[in-house]
Amino acid sequence: MEKLSGAEMLIRALQDEGVEHLFGYPGGAVLHIYDAIFQQDKVQHILVRHEQAATHAADGYARATGKPGVVLVTSGPGATNAVTGIATAYMDSIPMVVVSGQVRSDWIGDDAFQETDMVGICRPIVKHSFMVRRTEDIPEIVRKAFYIATTGRPGPVLIDIPKDKTAPQVKLPYEFPKKVKMRSYTPVARGHSGQIRKAVEELMKAKRPVIYAGGGVVSGNASELLTAVAHRLGFPVTNTLMGLGCFPYNDKQFVGMLGMHGTYEANMVMHNADLIMAVGARFDDRATNDASKYCPGATIIHIDVDPATISKNVRADVPIVGPVQQVLEDMLGMLDEHGGQPDQKALGRWWEEIEGWRKVHGLRFEVNEDGLMKPQQVVQALHRVTKGDAYVTSDVGQHQMFAAQFYGFDKPRRWINSGGLGTMGFGLPAAMGVQLAFPDATVACVTGEGSIQMNIQELSTCLQYGLPIKIININNQALGMVRQWQDMQYGGRHSSSYMESLPDFVKLAESYGHVGIKVDRFEDLEGAMEKAFSLKDRLVFMDIYVDPTEHVYPMQIADGAMRDMWLSKTERT
Amino acid sequence: MRRIISILMENEPGALSRVVGLFSQRGYNIETLTVAPTEDNTLSRLTLTTFGDDRTIERITKHLNKLIEVVKLVDLTEGSHIERELMLIKVKATGAQRAEVKRTVDIFRGQIVDVTSSVYTVQLTGASDKLDAFINAIGETQVLEVVRSGVSGISRGEKVLSI
Ligand SMILES: Cc1ncc(C[n+]2csc(CCOP(=O)(O)OP(=O)(O)O)c2C)c(N)n1
Ligand SMILES: [Mg+2]
Repeated sequence: MEKLSGAEMLIRALQDEGVEHLFGYPGGAVLHIYDAIFQQDKVQHILVRHEQAATHAADGYARATGKPGVVLVTSGPGATNAVTGIATAYMDSIPMVVVSGQVRSDWIGDDAFQETDMVGICRPIVKHSFMVRRTEDIPEIVRKAFYIATTGRPGPVLIDIPKDKTAPQVKLPYEFPKKVKMRSYTPVARGHSGQIRKAVEELMKAKRPVIYAGGGVVSGNASELLTAVAHRLGFPVTNTLMGLGCFPYNDKQFVGMLGMHGTYEANMVMHNADLIMAVGARFDDRATNDASKYCPGATIIHIDVDPATISKNVRADVPIVGPVQQVLEDMLGMLDEHGGQPDQKALGRWWEEIEGWRKVHGLRFEVNEDGLMKPQQVVQALHRVTKGDAYVTSDVGQHQMFAAQFYGFDKPRRWINSGGLGTMGFGLPAAMGVQLAFPDATVACVTGEGSIQMNIQELSTCLQYGLPIKIININNQALGMVRQWQDMQYGGRHSSSYMESLPDFVKLAESYGHVGIKVDRFEDLEGAMEKAFSLKDRLVFMDIYVDPTEHVYPMQIADGAMRDMWLSKTERT
Repeated sequence: MRRIISILMENEPGALSRVVGLFSQRGYNIETLTVAPTEDNTLSRLTLTTFGDDRTIERITKHLNKLIEVVKLVDLTEGSHIERELMLIKVKATGAQRAEVKRTVDIFRGQIVDVTSSVYTVQLTGASDKLDAFINAIGETQVLEVVRSGVSGISRGEKVLSI
């Protein structure tokens, strides 16, 4: 059998897992590993400029491809810099494997140089973690880490490796385990057919039904099945922020995103429903408003691969634990077997009511006749110029909500944002991961002048690897979302929510070797965007000045029910 | 309601901290906790008591089950079970008190396992409420030191928690 050092084992095991990109940053504790990387060419290492960006890039790669993202960081500060990205992936159930270096095992606990208890720090934000105690365990640990990260409800897994376990002097036989068996970890393989049958009965009885689909449909690769079930039933479909794209935005059954900044019709449909079928969604507080006032008349079917998610925030009447893909497939079969239709008369009346709601708001916003353009117009232009076919990553704030509301996604894995943790600084590195996965695809990062500055250093990485990302900086010269809350809840006192010292982003982009374009008039917008997207092999930073006073609407009223919303600065339900 | 949750888990470093961490992370309380290897030394048995309504307990058990190292768990309070706790307690035993303490120990079927001229060290096993009752009977002013093992439990009858 071939003999390898621990460092070589690690890299070989990554190769055997089919890993093509490794996002990382070197340092003392991982130098043996970096030396092993240097001596092979199957796994390409992407050198970021900050470890947080390595995790977000791996995360973006994972969201776009469905394959696990892989990260390598050194001990101490390298590892702690990765923490925000690990937490981001954890909250959104993204498969990721993070390898962190650790000080020599005989120094652990001595407060050695660059020692931190990474396993301890990460305990609440990983699906699982491993500390390598014996070099010969490395292949099996890698195999298990990937297995855990990618199965069941996906999530990040940490492998912490003390430096001595990777030493080049110690060579041991390498064998990649063919199979993993873990007596304590067996993700649910199938949803209970009796429960699915019960759900079908409820679906047939429903008079005011809705399908509420979340990120689990995207990560469970069940978009087509969800669409088929929805079409078979003729029910309205709403998406969570994480679910966007799992049902086509332009399908007439789509009522838009729900929740805090969901459409009026989606939230009204939810509130008035007598049956909610939640698929791969977790009843997060941003999607339910006050849970005690939540959808009072609804029977709830909840399909999710994670049993702990079911009935966590809102009690499910028909819980179904299983992979959404298999459950929906069985459900479709049972619907065919059943052969019947839901109550068509009731459904007709329900759709009439929904059409009425659609007319009430319909994501309207006022346009300035002559003056600053609105952020919504920027996203609409982006859709037109990219023909709705871009991968859109985003940061966190108003621009994120405008992108979610106005871009329109007709495919899963195209909308890439930090939904659960809401991490500013996510967008640009995530876009790098997407662009590396799909070098020929159009990748746009919709961001704000606040968020982009949290990982702006990655412009340098983009130059190194020739990543032609298009950055759409919706520049409202403010931490807009914070300011919106201050306008609405703090008497307009803008405490630390605006920025008076913005850089010249055009010059900044240029100094990083990219193209910068500034736009401050609506009539120039589309032309400038056309030009930016025509530069196929260049990163273009579009700095687009918009009306700083704009708010995101609808906005649910805190502690209210789903139907309680602000519709504009002056109208509420 | 008080619950006794008994967990079979991998006997690996870090496993215990994950269980305990879960409780603090999710805002649940641990009242007592005991853990030791089983006859199969790759497995540990952890028993903990906690308070919560059905919904909270359901959430706790679901989250515990998600931990990779947890192999199996049971809420012993769901069925009939045997519950035991061991207590070592030092009590003042001087003058007239000496005989009184001895009588109380006998009533509770405890044993005096160490003696000095002024102190008895008593060993007592039983359900937690029996141990509480003993402390009450002795009177708190007499108690010098209490060490309790936390609750261990096992189901009655043929039901076993094993893999
Ligand atoms: C790392 C981090 N820090 C703070 C916040 C809180 N926060 C949410 S939105 C926001 C403002 C974002 O400003 P900008 O990126 O300019 O977007 P805008 O809302 O103006 O579109 C802030 C500070 C956050 N989500 N993430
Ligand atoms: Mg801003």
